[in-house]
Formats: sequence, C-alpha cells, structure tokens
Amino acid sequence: MKSIEEIKSAIEAAVSGARVGIVPNGSPSGQHSLLLDPQHAVAVAKFLRDDKELQLDFLSNATGVDWLDKEITEKVKVTRPVTKTVDGVDQTMEETVEETRKHVQPGYLEAVYHLYSMARKHGPVILRMRTGNRTDQVELPSLTPVWRSAEFQEREIFDLFGIVFTGHPDLRRILMWDNFKDHPMRRDYVEPDDFEYEPTAHDEVLARAAAHRAARQGSAVAAAEANAGAER
Amino acid sequence: MAVDEKLKIELGKQGVFVTTLQELYNWGRRSSIWPMQFGLACCAIEMIATTMARYDMARFGAEVFRPSPRQADLMIVSGTVTKKMAPQVVRLYNQMAEPKYVIAMGACAISGGPFKQGYNVLKGIDRYIPVDVHIPGCPPRPEALLHAFITLQKKIDEQHLTGEERPPHLDGGAQGEFPVPEYGEHDLEPPSNPGVWPVPITIR
Amino acid sequence: MSNVGLQAEATAASGREEGWNRPRTLTPEGELLEVAMGPHHPSTHGVFRMDVALDGERVIRLKPVFGYLHRNHEKLAEGMAYLASMPFTDRLDYICSLTNNWAYALAVEKLVGQEVPERAQYLRVILAELTRIVNHASSVGFLIQEMGASGTPLMYAFREREKILDLFESLTGARMMCNYMRFGGCRVDASAAWLDATRKVVAGLPRFADEFENLLCTNEILMARCQGIGILRPELAVNAGVTGPLLRASGVNYDIRKVDRYGIYDRFRFRVPLGDHWDVYDRFMVRLLELRESIGILEQALKEIPAGPIMDAKAKLRGFRPKAGEAYGRIEAPKGELGFYLISDGGPNPYRYRVRPPSLINLTILEDMCLGEHLADVVLIFGSVDIVLGEVDR
Repeated sequence: MKSIEEIKSAIEAAVSGARVGIVPNGSPSGQHSLLLDPQHAVAVAKFLRDDKELQLDFLSNATGVDWLDKEITEKVKVTRPVTKTVDGVDQTMEETVEETRKHVQPGYLEAVYHLYSMARKHGPVILRMRTGNRTDQVELPSLTPVWRSAEFQEREIFDLFGIVFTGHPDLRRILMWDNFKDHPMRRDYVEPDDFEYEPTAHDEVLARAAAHRAARQGSAVAAAEANAGAER
Repeated sequence: MAVDEKLKIELGKQGVFVTTLQELYNWGRRSSIWPMQFGLACCAIEMIATTMARYDMARFGAEVFRPSPRQADLMIVSGTVTKKMAPQVVRLYNQMAEPKYVIAMGACAISGGPFKQGYNVLKGIDRYIPVDVHIPGCPPRPEALLHAFITLQKKIDEQHLTGEERPPHLDGGAQGEFPVPEYGEHDLEPPSNPGVWPVPITIR
Repeated sequence: MSNVGLQAEATAASGREEGWNRPRTLTPEGELLEVAMGPHHPSTHGVFRMDVALDGERVIRLKPVFGYLHRNHEKLAEGMAYLASMPFTDRLDYICSLTNNWAYALAVEKLVGQEVPERAQYLRVILAELTRIVNHASSVGFLIQEMGASGTPLMYAFREREKILDLFESLTGARMMCNYMRFGGCRVDASAAWLDATRKVVAGLPRFADEFENLLCTNEILMARCQGIGILRPELAVNAGVTGPLLRASGVNYDIRKVDRYGIYDRFRFRVPLGDHWDVYDRFMVRLLELRESIGILEQALKEIPAGPIMDAKAKLRGFRPKAGEAYGRIEAPKGELGFYLISDGGPNPYRYRVRPPSLINLTILEDMCLGEHLADVVLIFGSVDIVLGEVDR
C-alpha cells in the first residue's frame, strides 16, 4: 500500500482545493491519520473509494472523539530591560525571566473513520474531520452516501457526541430515546445522580453517597419533626 | 385447619389422602409456574441453558416459556434493565395476570451490577416492580436459577389463602399494576417508585 | 492475491448512480399496516425492535430501533484503567467472551507494542476457535428455533456448548465471562490434563458436526424456508461494512484471520467457505462449514502447542500507562470484524475507548434484505444475521 504521504499527495492531485493534513501518531502502532477539511471530505472519500490503486471500499469503523478546551500552561523565557541601582547609579540591564503564560486551546469534536480495502486487502487508512467548536459549529459532512456502513455509526456519533452530519439520510438518535437532551459520551456530561450507596473504593462514588446521605438524613429529620408536630 | 403431620403420614400408609384446600391449591400453583419468554442480556443465555437438556428446568414444571405476558406467571428479569427498557418491563409486568412473581436474575437486575455507574442503566428493577427472589451472580449459574426457582416454590407453598398475608390475587384491594415510568429529558421520570422501593438511608 | 481482479469487479462501487446503496422504495398496493416487533418479542435475540410497515404480508419498510441494552460500556471504560475494562469486554458479545478478550488485548498490545509468547498465542487460538464453534452451533440452533423447530437443534447445539463451557470453566474459572486474556499473554496456564480434556472434546466434535448436518442440511422445510430469501448482493455488503459469515455467504472472500494474519493464524491450514446464492441458506451453510474448519484449526493447534511462558517477561502489569497515541486492533470474531479503537493521552485510563461492533454494522442492511419479503421471513433473515444485543447496543 502507499505510504501516508503518498496518499496525501494523491488526494491533493485528484481533488482540487482539498487541504489534507497528516496527524502523526506517537504509539508503536504507527497508524497515522489524514486530517480532511470538511468542504472537500465527500469528494476525497469518493476518490479514496474509487481510486484503482487504493480502492478503499470498506469503511470499518467510524467514531467520535471529544476534545475539551485545553488550558495550556507554558513557561516562556522572556528577556526584558530592567533598571537597577548599582552603586547609587541607575543602570539599564537586560534580564532573562521565566514567565508562566496561559492560553486556552479551544476544544472541538472529531469524527474518525477507519478504511480498509476488501478488494486489495490492505489498510487501515484513517481519516479525521474536526468541527469548529463544541457548541454551535458542530456540523460535518456525512460520509454515508459514500459508504453505507457509516449510517448507524454516524447516528451513534450524533446521539452520543452531538456532531450533526449534513447529508445523512436518516439522522436520528439511535441508542438513547428521542426526547433525551444530552450527549452522554461528551467528557463534560453530567449524568443523573440516581444511586445512593455502594461498597466501593472509588472516592467520587463515596463522596456522592455521602452527599446523598446528608440530604436524606436532613429530610428524614425534617419529616420526623413534622410528624412529631402533628402528633402534638 | 392444619392436619397433624404424623396422622397424615399414618393415614397415607392406609391409602387415605388427607390435605387442605390451601395445600392442594398451592401445590397446583407451584408445580406449573409458566415463566415468560423474555430475555434481556447475558443472563438470558444462562436462562436458556437452564431449560436445555443438562439442567432441564422441566423437572420443576417450568419448561413452558410463554411468549405472551397474559399467559405467564413468572417474570425472570434476566439481565441489565436499561432506562430505555425499564418502561417496557414494567408494562409487561402490568400485563401479566395474577398471581405473578418476579425473579431478579443476576447482579444487573438486582442493582445495576457492574454497569451500575452507567447513565442509561437502571439501578435495580425493584425500583419499579416488587421482586420475590433475587439471585446474585454475573451471570448466575443455571444451578443458581434452579435454586431461585425452588425458593419461589417454597414461598408459594407457604402462602395462606386467607388473612392479612394472603397473596395479592386473592386480595381485592392489593395493587396489581404499577405506574410506568416515562422518558424524561435527562432521566426516567420518576427515577424510582417510592411505593415499591423506599429509598434506603444508609448510615455507617 | 489472485482473486483481486474478480473481486474488485464484484465489489466496485464507482460509476454507480447516487443512492444505489440505499434501500429500495416500494409502493404498497393496499393499505399499509404498521407493526412494532419488539422490544419484547419471542423470536428476537434479545431486546430489539423493528418497526415494520406491511402491505398485506409484504414488507414495505423496516426500521430497526436499538438502545434497549445500551449499557454505556464505552463511557465506563473511559473512567477506568485499561485492564479493568477486560471483564467488561466479556459482556459485549456474551456468547463469545474469549474472542472479545482477544480483540481488546490485541488493540492494547498494538498501542504499546507488546509481544505475546508462543504458548499464549496457541492458547488464544484454541480458545477463540472453541468459542467460534459455540457461537456458530448456537446461532444455527437459534435460527432453526425461529423457523419453528422448537428446541431440538438448539438442544444439540447447547449439549456441545456445555462440554466446551466446562473446558472454559476449568481453565478460567467461569462458564461465560472468562476474563482470560491479558496484555502480553494469558492469565493462567493450561495444564496437561486440560489440554488432554480439550483433545477429547475436539475429537468428539466432528461427530457432532456430522450429526448436525445430517439433521439439518437436507431438511425439506429448512430448504424451502431458507433458500432464495434475504438476498444480499456482494457490492452492497462491502459498501455497508458487513463482515463475518454474513459477508462470506455473499461470496466476498474476506476473513481477517487470512488478511491480517494476526496472532499465529498464518501457521494453520484452513479454508474460507464462501456462498454463491447470497441467501439465508448460504449463511447457514457457511456457519456449518466454518465450524468444521475451526475443528481443523483446533486439531493442528492442540498438536503443535509448545511449552513455555504464557506472559511476556516485558509485559507491564502495574502502573500501565501507554504513551500518548492511538491504535485500532481488530480480529475475526465469530460474528464479524470486532475492533477496538483506543486513544491514550498518557494517563492510566484510555482517553477514548471505542468498540467496533460487528453485530450493529451487520444490521445496516437488514432493511435491504427484508424488503419485499414476507413478515414470517423477516424473523428468519434477522436470525441469519446472527447478532447479540450486548454488542449492538454496548
């Protein structure tokens, strides 16, 4: 099979205007992926499927990934002029100081597709697409018209991550019920607090149980007082 | 009126069969419990294995799995009840005719089991319907299901036909149907039925 | 590959008009009747619903509804350590826990570049093929049960299943939820006595296969009900990502054991059965033939299994933190391609944990196969897909 760079240049030669990036992968698996721009994604997908040499006719896996806003703290060395008094005389000197700078890298949702070729028995080629942000620009083009196997998987991504696939023939919730409002696979999803106590070693569960207990005991005490009042 | 056990055996030796209506009635009920053909998850496979040749549930008169809740006496909640499935489970229970019994099979049906922390997992079916026998295990072995079954038979044997503790189907005022929870925007509404499952206060 | 040209032609999607891979639109002659089959339905493999629109007995539209067993496996796995997800993988496809273990172990081994010792590889193959036999026998049993042959074939299948489950239990400690494989090997070693017991069971399997085939294959009713219904064309099967026996019954030669040669599958001689009528009967036959091939693999593996360690010496058990990166690992599970996609951010828990469920994706073409068929056959076509809801909904 072609290397990832060769595939990238083949795409750029075939689909005019397509911008393709390479997302390197640090793990020993060496499965690097191609980052597509959403405008040309469908054309690129068609090319990958129909190209005689690649013939990636089998979309195996499609999934979403949620990348939260990341606060990046980095230490930067800054050189700046400092005025110091040496032996009673003011002198301007260059001084190098370490400064901590913080900036927020905005989060995004990502759709990942794993392609194989059943005809040529090679793969995987991994495609990625990213949304503008996590709130209002969550639209990506659907690859279901190209590979039917994306149909249920894109519905699942829509259900659990909230990426809206334009051009999908039947975009509804698939796993949760229809009037469910949240996207539970997002990393900032808060699940309903509906269990009380369990013997466990997980601190967050114990903390939650303690909060429940306090609330319940409070209400139990209140109820007992109310009962006592009624009896009197 | 209870017959003296020794006298009964003595009479039996002479070929005279003495029983009470209650015993006869309960014997008939416990010997042909028809479970509902209804599997939820992993435990359902073990439930099927229980009905197969090796464990042979037919020995206990319960091999007739009925597809319709109207014909079933026993609901074996075999597996994880998710929030999406819970209303249907309650509805099926409501459709069963009295007398009806419930076995919660496996950790998931009891409490949510390993999936307890999941957002779509109901933390035990006894939040919505009354359960007669709980069997732990993930999944319980077929022997455990048989044990649960025998336990249920013992329970039926001990039911009185009259008095305060009579089973619900003989008690005109007893509750036979339970409210079906509805799909909310974030969770089921209500998250539990306090009439069936008073929220436990754990004090440690 | 010699069959590239032929297969490429069969599976080529290019040059087709837009929408060729969508289900056909049928126009009813009479009045439409909407039927909701499930989620509690005696013939489905669990809690699954099909919203069917009927014109008389003919299916005009069929929409599957999922989620009744959505147990949040992925979300839970992202909150726990890598190894802690292993017992949860057992509960995905709960008939085949050991192949699920293998797929997950394989993905993590790819993520960290872990080697697996010889003996563990052989044990994995033995257990995976035993699992395949259990799955194929029971899925054929369920299929026939749905045809109305209540019990008998399923009882034959479950009789063999119990023998194999006894082997699993004596090796791993559990009948169904084995939790046996680890990253870089297996959990406990198989004793010589266990291997002998396995040889004995495997020696009895060909007789079971003969019996099963004699009982079923030429049965008149089975042929009448199964042949020519639920046809799935190969080009649509490939485009819809169908894998496993369902794909091979449509004549596409794609078995990941042959393609990826993961583990040590390149050492064994086995054939890949293919269908050429693409119908329910072919799926049934492909499963029976695969069962025979699995027996062949088992015989070879049990003959060749070497002595040695079952865990790689370099395998890290405590403080397992893969460096940042991602990996997709897949195996040929009995139901199709089971893959795990993992993203690590360097922490003890996976940042993203995804299961590629063959059962869910194989259902994509359920509507296409059922359109125009009778309602009674829908149950059969659905049974021939062979799904497990634990994996569909996760």
